[in-house]
Amino acid sequence: MNLNMMSSPYKHSHKSLTSVMMLVTLAAVPGILAQCYFFGAGVLIQLALALVCVTLFEAGVLYLRGRKIWHTLQDGSAWLTGLLLAVSIPPLAPWWVIVIGTFFAIVFVKQLYGGLGGNLFNPAMAGYVLLLVSFPVQMTSWLPPAELMHHQVGLLDELSMIFSNYSQSGYSLEQLRSNVDGITMATPLDTLRTDVSHGLTVAESMTKPVFTETAGLGWQWVNAAYLLGGLFLLQQRVINWHIPVAMLAALSLCASIGYIFDSGNQPGLAFHLLSGATMLGAFFIATDPVSASTTNRGRLIYGAAIGVIVYLIRSFGGYPDAVAFAVLLMNMAVPLIDHYTQPRTYGYGAKS
Amino acid sequence: MDSLLARISRGQLWPSPGGVHPAVNKSQSNSLPIHILPLPPRLVLPVKQHIGAQGHLLVNVHEQVLKGQALTKPHANWSVPVHAPTSGRIVDITPMPSAHPSALPELSIIIEPDGEDRWCELVPHPNYRELTAERLIDILHFAGISGMGGAGFPTYIKASTKQQIEVLIINGAECEPYISADDVLMQAHSDEIVRGIEVLRHLLQPKITLIAIEDDKPKAIAAMEQACASIEDMQVRAIPTKYPSGGEKQLIQILTSKEVPAGGIPADIGVLVQNIGTMYAVQQAVELGKPLIERVVTVTGDTLAEQRNVWALLGTEVKHLLAQQDFTPEPMQRVIMGGPMMGFTLPTVRIPVVKTTNCILAPSEAEMPFPGEERACIRCSACADACPASLLPQQLQWFAKTKEYKKLEEHKLFDCIECGACAYVCPSEIPLVQYYRVAKAEIREQQIEQIKSDRAKERFEARKERLEREQEERRNRHKRPSRSKEQDTQSKEKVAEALARVKSKQADKGADKDKVAAAIARAKAKKAGEQLEPDNSEVAQERAARKEQARLYKEQKQQADTAEPVAADDKKAAVAAAIARAKAKKAAQAAETEAPAQDDKKAAVAAAIARAKAKKAAQAEDADAPAQDDKKTAVAAAIARAKAKKAAQAAEADEAKVETNDDANSAAAPQSEEDKKKAAVAAAIARAKAKKAAQAADAAKTETAQGEATQDKPNEEATAFDAQSSAEDKKKAAVAAAIARAKAKKAAQAADAAKTETAQGEATQDKPNEGAKALDAQSSAEDKKKAAVAAAIARAKAKKAARDAQNKPDQEDPS
Repeated sequence: MNLNMMSSPYKHSHKSLTSVMMLVTLAAVPGILAQCYFFGAGVLIQLALALVCVTLFEAGVLYLRGRKIWHTLQDGSAWLTGLLLAVSIPPLAPWWVIVIGTFFAIVFVKQLYGGLGGNLFNPAMAGYVLLLVSFPVQMTSWLPPAELMHHQVGLLDELSMIFSNYSQSGYSLEQLRSNVDGITMATPLDTLRTDVSHGLTVAESMTKPVFTETAGLGWQWVNAAYLLGGLFLLQQRVINWHIPVAMLAALSLCASIGYIFDSGNQPGLAFHLLSGATMLGAFFIATDPVSASTTNRGRLIYGAAIGVIVYLIRSFGGYPDAVAFAVLLMNMAVPLIDHYTQPRTYGYGAKS
Repeated sequence: MDSLLARISRGQLWPSPGGVHPAVNKSQSNSLPIHILPLPPRLVLPVKQHIGAQGHLLVNVHEQVLKGQALTKPHANWSVPVHAPTSGRIVDITPMPSAHPSALPELSIIIEPDGEDRWCELVPHPNYRELTAERLIDILHFAGISGMGGAGFPTYIKASTKQQIEVLIINGAECEPYISADDVLMQAHSDEIVRGIEVLRHLLQPKITLIAIEDDKPKAIAAMEQACASIEDMQVRAIPTKYPSGGEKQLIQILTSKEVPAGGIPADIGVLVQNIGTMYAVQQAVELGKPLIERVVTVTGDTLAEQRNVWALLGTEVKHLLAQQDFTPEPMQRVIMGGPMMGFTLPTVRIPVVKTTNCILAPSEAEMPFPGEERACIRCSACADACPASLLPQQLQWFAKTKEYKKLEEHKLFDCIECGACAYVCPSEIPLVQYYRVAKAEIREQQIEQIKSDRAKERFEARKERLEREQEERRNRHKRPSRSKEQDTQSKEKVAEALARVKSKQADKGADKDKVAAAIARAKAKKAGEQLEPDNSEVAQERAARKEQARLYKEQKQQADTAEPVAADDKKAAVAAAIARAKAKKAAQAAETEAPAQDDKKAAVAAAIARAKAKKAAQAEDADAPAQDDKKTAVAAAIARAKAKKAAQAAEADEAKVETNDDANSAAAPQSEEDKKKAAVAAAIARAKAKKAAQAADAAKTETAQGEATQDKPNEEATAFDAQSSAEDKKKAAVAAAIARAKAKKAAQAADAAKTETAQGEATQDKPNEGAKALDAQSSAEDKKKAAVAAAIARAKAKKAARDAQNKPDQEDPS
């Protein structure tokens, strides 16, 4: 009888790469829905565009590299990259923005470093930063929440905006972003930053309509939705608690200290936690296992450093939000962190 | 420690990092009773079934054996015997595929059962407490008991540990899925197991004994609790079900919070772990006298109609086990020996059950799907979270793939226990454990290679050095004749320096140091006059000296031809030369004893050279002697030659021991203060010897026949000599005398031989041998050969010096 020879173990947890990626995608659904609710369905169009692009780019590079295309695509990592980039850019950004972004993320940041597992940087965030520094106007043109918009836009309008820069009624993006008074509305982070730089106090700035709630209309709910998804990931043990907790704790600490010492110019804890990409960053971006630290102690350092950098750039830097920069900066420090945070192995320096 | 012990006995458990929770799959097999299999058609007993050496065979092919009869006996470290599991006939003793992942053939005894199952005579020890510990350990040893849970470590070794054991842990955790052999054994034989534990407690005297059982075995826990309820300091500990809690190190951590130090053993921290099955075997061996011949094996997997635990005789082929459970193999069937996490797949079902076989698992593909294709590692660290040793499997995997061995060792690859938890959880289905196994093997291989290459390099360099040295020597030799007088003065200085160095090495600083120094200075001065060898190595000197000797010989011949009368102080010179020779010999020996024994071979060569040289010189002398009518010179030369010859013989063969004694005595003499006297005596003897030898030579000269008369004379002299010697040194003197006699005789012969050169061969060679044998008995055992070689060199030198003194006494002799 011919018996099959194998190497132990023969049992497996049935946890697969694909299932991990699918769980992350699933966890992002509440956040995407919240974005749709407050900022229109543009994000879905961007998402569809991004998924098509990443599939094509990934398949193309895999073909050139002579790798198994469908087998590799199945791991879902490229789609997750597309998803994260799509939810990060303004929903009505022109179509070529996401195309360039995904191309850079997949081809340069991921595949040229050896594909999944080989990339030093978080592909979605590297793509985002490339877009932000290359196309600052398009990348900061966020629509105000739907209820504040003077002109309501439908799905067809959004499609038209993305592919022709004008809505079906002929409005430009600038016009859509303007309120009744013809003044362009920006994101809460942007607004606050501009106002503070114009000499207004945080309290004065907060009276604007984008701030009708705690941390900006719409944005706080988007963040809350991503937090929910993040908790789901924690519960599913897809991610470890170290990075999100360290990052949010560091950001909270910095924000609290800043608020205590300079409440006139500093927006405080709740605003920092619930605006911009804080929750998305903490649970979905910084936790990308490939580019993050891989030891538990290292993850605490990595997460905390991201939290501090986010706070510093938001408060003193040249950009309204900073998750992408912070993550990329810390990506660079990961090999060093990993080297110095090796856990104590059984039998070494054991207590007696 | 005491408070820790208190906490341990209170029942506290500690967490162990990592671990996984695979489906346990034990319910299909863990019900009683333990099935008893019909006798298999044949039994294959590997001689070695455990860590350690194999025993010596006690039986032969075709021999009839009884159940329980020892088939091998232990002989080396860690070897335990194997026994016949049933009565029958040995049909073959041959290498058979072994129960090892490699399945490499191991010498196995094949038994055909006769069906009678007749026991041999058993020696039970129900009152084992009356036995000595040694006897008890011997019982365990000769019952062939080795660990039945893991690697099969011989139990008697563990039981005879010299370290104080505070906590004895009986491992009934059985954390691996599917396996329930220990579970059912505990259910069925809890009393026997506890009695077995008692044996070990009696041997080790632990402060507390813990029986650890995972909490998914409530029946086993209940049975064991009942069995040990009345025993003090023995507790059953239900531990949380988690793989691999039953790993020795992990179990210790859970029960005691202690960690076995890296590279250490549990006994280092006062803990000893034994398996449940082993305890049952101990009880059987001690109380009933039954050796280890069977064990409980879980036979399970969905391809079997009946999944249960069976009593399997050791040596039962897996084929028989499976067939008894209605095995319906699938295509791509796997048969695993051991559990699904750490077991190994068998290449064939004709592998026997051995002492460590706790499970035979024949899964269907549905219950244990084949792994998917390996994907890229995303460093998710699920593996690190699962690792019970707190390693970073994800990093190890990278380093193993890129063969970064240094990094692997930095990341503690060798602390991996290969439990498979990392591979179990890996979402990319990377066969992590396999990578580690390969890397470990490669590193071990590399280490062996490294050692080999280091040795080769050492050898190569030593050889290179030697070749260079030899080349240098050769070059020096070739250069010499072309040298001018101006260069000679330079080299003279160098030689003087070299000799000064040699002199400074002398160990003896005693009374005769000055004399020695003077002699050497004399010799040096003379040698320097002729010798051009700049190399300070003695060998090189000798080689140069040989050439020198040839030249001298020619010169002497010329002198002889012209019949020039030799200067008046010849006699004095001869005596001085004799003294110088004796001293130089001593000095050389002193130098030699200082140097380590590295140069034996070289020395032997030198001796050979010296001999040749001496012969030549002596011949020259012989030729000269009658012409010049200078008897004494001739005699001295003859003596020198004879000695050199003897020395050479000594160096070449064992008979060398002979000479040594003479030399050793004279060498040893100056080395300590108390021996000074002896040295003085020796010197006197040497002088006397020389004188007598001269006389003997004289006497010999008057006779035409060389045989009887010449032999008698020295004997007379020797007797006279004996009488002269002081009482305290009689023995030594006797030796010296014997030598002197031999020498004198030879010298006489040599003197005669000037004319009848051919006739001297046999006699001269035989006589020293006789003397040699006589001396052999007396000689001290140590350093004989070395001393002999040194002596040969020294003598050669001294002789040269003497000759020099004779040749140019008025020019260079400082005395």
